[in-house]
Amino acid sequence: MRESSPSVPMLELENLRVHFPTKSAVVRAVDDISLKLYPGEILGLVGESGSGKSTVGKAALRLIDSTDGKIKINGSDITKASGKELKSVRTKAQLIFQDPHSSLNPRMTIGKIVAEPLLIHSRQRGSELAETVSKLLGRVGLPRQFLHRYPHELSGGQKQRVAIARALSVDPDMLILDEPTSALDVSVQAQILEFLKELHDERQRMTSLFISHNLAVVRFLCHRIAVMYLGRIVEEGPVEQVFSNPQHPYTKALLSAVPLPQAERNAGRIHLQGDLPSPVNVPTGCAFHPRCPQAEAGKCDSETPHWVTVGQSRARCHFAGEDLGPDFGGDVE
Amino acid sequence: MTLAENIVPKPMGTGPGDDFIAPETDFAPVDRFREYRRMWATFRRSHSSMAGLIIVMLFLIIAAIGPWIVPFPEDALGSIHLDRKLQPPNAIHWFGTDEVGMDIYTRVVVGARTTLWIGLTITGLAMLIGVPLGLIAGVSNTWVRETIMRITDIFLSIPGLILAVAIVGALGPGILNAMIALSLVWWPGYVRLVQSKVLSVRNETYVEAARSIGASNFRIIFIHILPNCMSPIVVKASMDMGMAILAAASLGFLGLGAQPPYPEWGAMISIGRNYLPDWWWYSLFPGLAIYFTVLGFNLLGDGLRDVLDPKQRS
Repeated sequence: MRESSPSVPMLELENLRVHFPTKSAVVRAVDDISLKLYPGEILGLVGESGSGKSTVGKAALRLIDSTDGKIKINGSDITKASGKELKSVRTKAQLIFQDPHSSLNPRMTIGKIVAEPLLIHSRQRGSELAETVSKLLGRVGLPRQFLHRYPHELSGGQKQRVAIARALSVDPDMLILDEPTSALDVSVQAQILEFLKELHDERQRMTSLFISHNLAVVRFLCHRIAVMYLGRIVEEGPVEQVFSNPQHPYTKALLSAVPLPQAERNAGRIHLQGDLPSPVNVPTGCAFHPRCPQAEAGKCDSETPHWVTVGQSRARCHFAGEDLGPDFGGDVE
Repeated sequence: MTLAENIVPKPMGTGPGDDFIAPETDFAPVDRFREYRRMWATFRRSHSSMAGLIIVMLFLIIAAIGPWIVPFPEDALGSIHLDRKLQPPNAIHWFGTDEVGMDIYTRVVVGARTTLWIGLTITGLAMLIGVPLGLIAGVSNTWVRETIMRITDIFLSIPGLILAVAIVGALGPGILNAMIALSLVWWPGYVRLVQSKVLSVRNETYVEAARSIGASNFRIIFIHILPNCMSPIVVKASMDMGMAILAAASLGFLGLGAQPPYPEWGAMISIGRNYLPDWWWYSLFPGLAIYFTVLGFNLLGDGLRDVLDPKQRS
């Protein structure tokens, strides 16, 4: 962690729940999540598809209504904010979407797309606005000739840069990055990540929630990591510690799924049985127990595990902190 | 505000495989027309689309300059020359003459303006009613949407022409009443089209992105949703020009539209029908005029759909 002194968190989620009622049941997309992001920090939120990580990001910016819990940005409660209050939140926190192809309006030129937040939030108009937009494009490495282009004329990486330029135009303190690189080529991914890292190096207060399923990327970019499973956080802690000494069996399985260059080292992988259960029918006790290789009948399937703190990280597992034997030996890096 | 003030113009690094594009030498304003040039190239490749465009252009030119190029302008709104009645097509009267000796060529050419006026009015009024309703139904909450859509369904469930006949019957025959009646039965198609398009567009990520940057509802609807719904509206409007002309001609044929001697193609066929088959030219030429105009607008509509809305292609 870069900033260890307890200041006001840039983003604080308290017992956030997002439930989507359907005709027959309730989908518990996000169930009781608490998170704190301190200024200057990059928190990686990981989990498999359907674990609710994108929903957390959108709910944190009030793009999806939360069912319960509190959302605070820079100390102010925005859970029930509306109108002007919410509009000022939009200048503090910005979202970058996974798919740059669909997050840009196909009928608008790049210049108009990047200028839009400034039209909404600032008084800049005319040549002053055009100058700012050109600077922003330059900032993300795009030539100013792109001002009059349409999104479909750009490559995926270029479009994502446009999306980043749009987000940076209002000079936000926080970025919520919803898998910003997973729709891009590997080489382009690296540039975008490098850019994000530089951005954080330049601006001390810049805070990011980095939503991803790519652990390597999280390790590269993030200071802390939170692992989500079925709408809950199962483990949270500094990146180095979680990667070197994971406590929750789900985290261990995720880490062991990262492909290694040496084939023989891939042999020690933990293969999870079955699929992610439906968030409509969340298993009792520990939500992970039906797939957990070390679940104990009578305990894991009935008792909800509490947070267990191990070093600087914490995990929600009955067996966290215990030595778990050869199954989960030191072969996981 | 210090928005974007501390943004240092420092480009991202350019490593191997970088998609950074070196500044190009072409001028920015030229780029603006690239999209249209590409569309035009697509459109031009299709012979039927080009045929449609040519027919529609001819039709528009004739409608614009018709009264000044016809040989017998006085025949346009009715005159009687019994000495030359029912003459077959010849060098003086290219399309022949009718039962009171009016030049049919003159009346067909002058009738183009009436037809254009009819098509534009019906389509325009239908869009004026249908597009806002569809937009409201698409973005609003359940009960407003339900109300609009159920009323639309009621209108859609009644055959348009039959309802139009009933309305004209109530208002009294005449070209203006026929247009009002057809407009009143024409809008539901636009509500359906726009509503379904809005429903799909409003779930697009760029609409969510607009919300995430703090855009107002007004801005989201008119800058982000509506422009992305325009292609199918334009396509339907160009198709409907033809259909509306046909419907108005049908009402004219039934004696409910334009009244003779007003130069309207439907009404001309209606009277010419009594002179078939011996005096075939009387209804043939207005009929051909309707045929080609409707065909032109339909081909143009097809072409526009291929260019503007390739996904709708069946």
